[in-house]
Amino acid sequence: MANHSSGKKGKGSSVHARRAVAYIVLILISFLCLFWFYVLFINASRSNSELGRGFTVLPGKYLGKNFYNLFHSSLPVVRGMVNSLIVAALSALLSTYFSTMTAYAIHAYRFAGRKAIFTFILGIMMIPTQVTALGFVKLVQSMKLEDNFIPLVIPTIAAPMTFFYLKQYMDSNLPGELLEAARIDGAGELRIFNTVALPLMKPAIAVQAIFAFVTSWNNYFTPSLILHKDKVKTLPILIAQLRAADWLKFDMGQVYAMIAFSIFPVIIVYLILSKNIVGGLAAGAVKG
Amino acid sequence: MKKKKSVVTRYNRWGYIFLIPFAVVFVTFQLIPLCTTIYNSFFENYMSGLRKVGPNFIGLKNYAKLLTEGDLGKYFCNTMIMWILGFVPQIILSLLLSAWFTNPQLRLKGQRFFKTVIYLPNLIMAAAFSMLFFTLFSKGGPVNSILVAVGVFKEPYDFMAHIGSVRGLVGFMNCLMWFGNTTILLMAGMMGIPDSLYEAAEVDGATPGQIFWKVTMPLLKPIFVYVLVTSLIGGLQMFDVPQILTNGSGDPMRTSMTLIMYLNKHLFSKNFGMAGALSVLLLILTGFLSAIVFQVTAKDEVQ
Repeated sequence: MANHSSGKKGKGSSVHARRAVAYIVLILISFLCLFWFYVLFINASRSNSELGRGFTVLPGKYLGKNFYNLFHSSLPVVRGMVNSLIVAALSALLSTYFSTMTAYAIHAYRFAGRKAIFTFILGIMMIPTQVTALGFVKLVQSMKLEDNFIPLVIPTIAAPMTFFYLKQYMDSNLPGELLEAARIDGAGELRIFNTVALPLMKPAIAVQAIFAFVTSWNNYFTPSLILHKDKVKTLPILIAQLRAADWLKFDMGQVYAMIAFSIFPVIIVYLILSKNIVGGLAAGAVKG
Repeated sequence: MKKKKSVVTRYNRWGYIFLIPFAVVFVTFQLIPLCTTIYNSFFENYMSGLRKVGPNFIGLKNYAKLLTEGDLGKYFCNTMIMWILGFVPQIILSLLLSAWFTNPQLRLKGQRFFKTVIYLPNLIMAAAFSMLFFTLFSKGGPVNSILVAVGVFKEPYDFMAHIGSVRGLVGFMNCLMWFGNTTILLMAGMMGIPDSLYEAAEVDGATPGQIFWKVTMPLLKPIFVYVLVTSLIGGLQMFDVPQILTNGSGDPMRTSMTLIMYLNKHLFSKNFGMAGALSVLLLILTGFLSAIVFQVTAKDEVQ
């Protein structure tokens, strides 16, 4: 943990040695992060009987076959993927649009109770969804919205974390003069929000949309309480179902294919967008 | 800004209008469910076989029952043990990596690559990740096959049948999923410490260890407390990983059953009274912890 040390004595060699140690540790850690996904890929490409014979370093030839079998199995995986996509995309859209709107209300206007409302939203940020789950399920039942995506999508409109991040970004990227200028031009307030504020917020909205999408895509607790019919189940529920089944009887190639099917789309999208995500995280973290 | 009072007040009411969607959704889907949950905690309301008992008002009896009869203490300890097993290696790793990444002397290359890689596990579906570990660490799985081939074990080890290995796996997965996030948070904190302080310490002849403990750590304290407490709040909510790994059973012998898994059990068996009481206890606990975070970080955010 030799942080920021620059003892004048033997400086050159000690820095070299420490740099070498740092690289070795970083490579080991990277290996530890990626190894599991590598094994997943290898195993998803091998047949059940090949898998029974132990692990190999090189992939097999059954990747296509495993996926073919998976899509024709009793588990509604394609339907699950479509359901997950619908729920995640709508959640990302609604949570970012309306969180920007909420942040804009606090940022652009001066009204009575503004500070109190801001403090309140920060205060409820940490309330876990699980502690209200009982009441939430009862509410959904009384609204007759079980097996419906509405109770998974609409609540994302009130997302304190997203709100907070966007509010931070607005403070440094949305000057009041700009809004004032639009106002003098005679634009309505909703119009100013949609055509002036929203476009300026694009980078922050993109980062938050990705997070909202991934959070929803990965969410297991709430959907499992609300979605019961096969037709509406999302991927995490199907994974749990796979785990609950007597898995030894399964074709293991298919099991790995199913896990890969839930994990790899996110990895691919992440690698494409990683620059924005990691950079955006740091930007949000400076003040958070 | 407040030159033309009438115009100003006229457009400022849009602040309220823009808050309507948030307010309506918050009240409907969070506040009302919260109240229903608290309300339910005072009622006896469960299924006894196919017969429905209650709802009958019983005051605080659910709480008394929860605290005295059930295994709440055991599940709380399980949750905390698995959280610590994940958090301790996570914070050590994150401190080390963030110190390296922000050290101007080391000038590590490929930082983008490493940051991308260490953040990756955070985005993986916890349910799928857990299912993956279940298959990889199963008796006939690849980890056993590798370890036997290398000679670490003579015969396959049943990771799912031993308390230590199940808890260890849960801790390990949590560590893997969260250390990248923690590293990025700590880095932001470390970059905010002015170089002049380090230089001054060096001039005074401080060792690297002294600099870390006497300069970096005290200045990092607010963000460190934030990381610690938010991780603890997250730890209390631990669910997906142990739930999928043990198929909801918390085996062996419910030693990996977490508080939220317990809540989930009550919700599925429709024991609403107990589920309500457990939720309220969790809410109080999280509320207390959030108050600490709020004190440390959010205070100066409110302009």
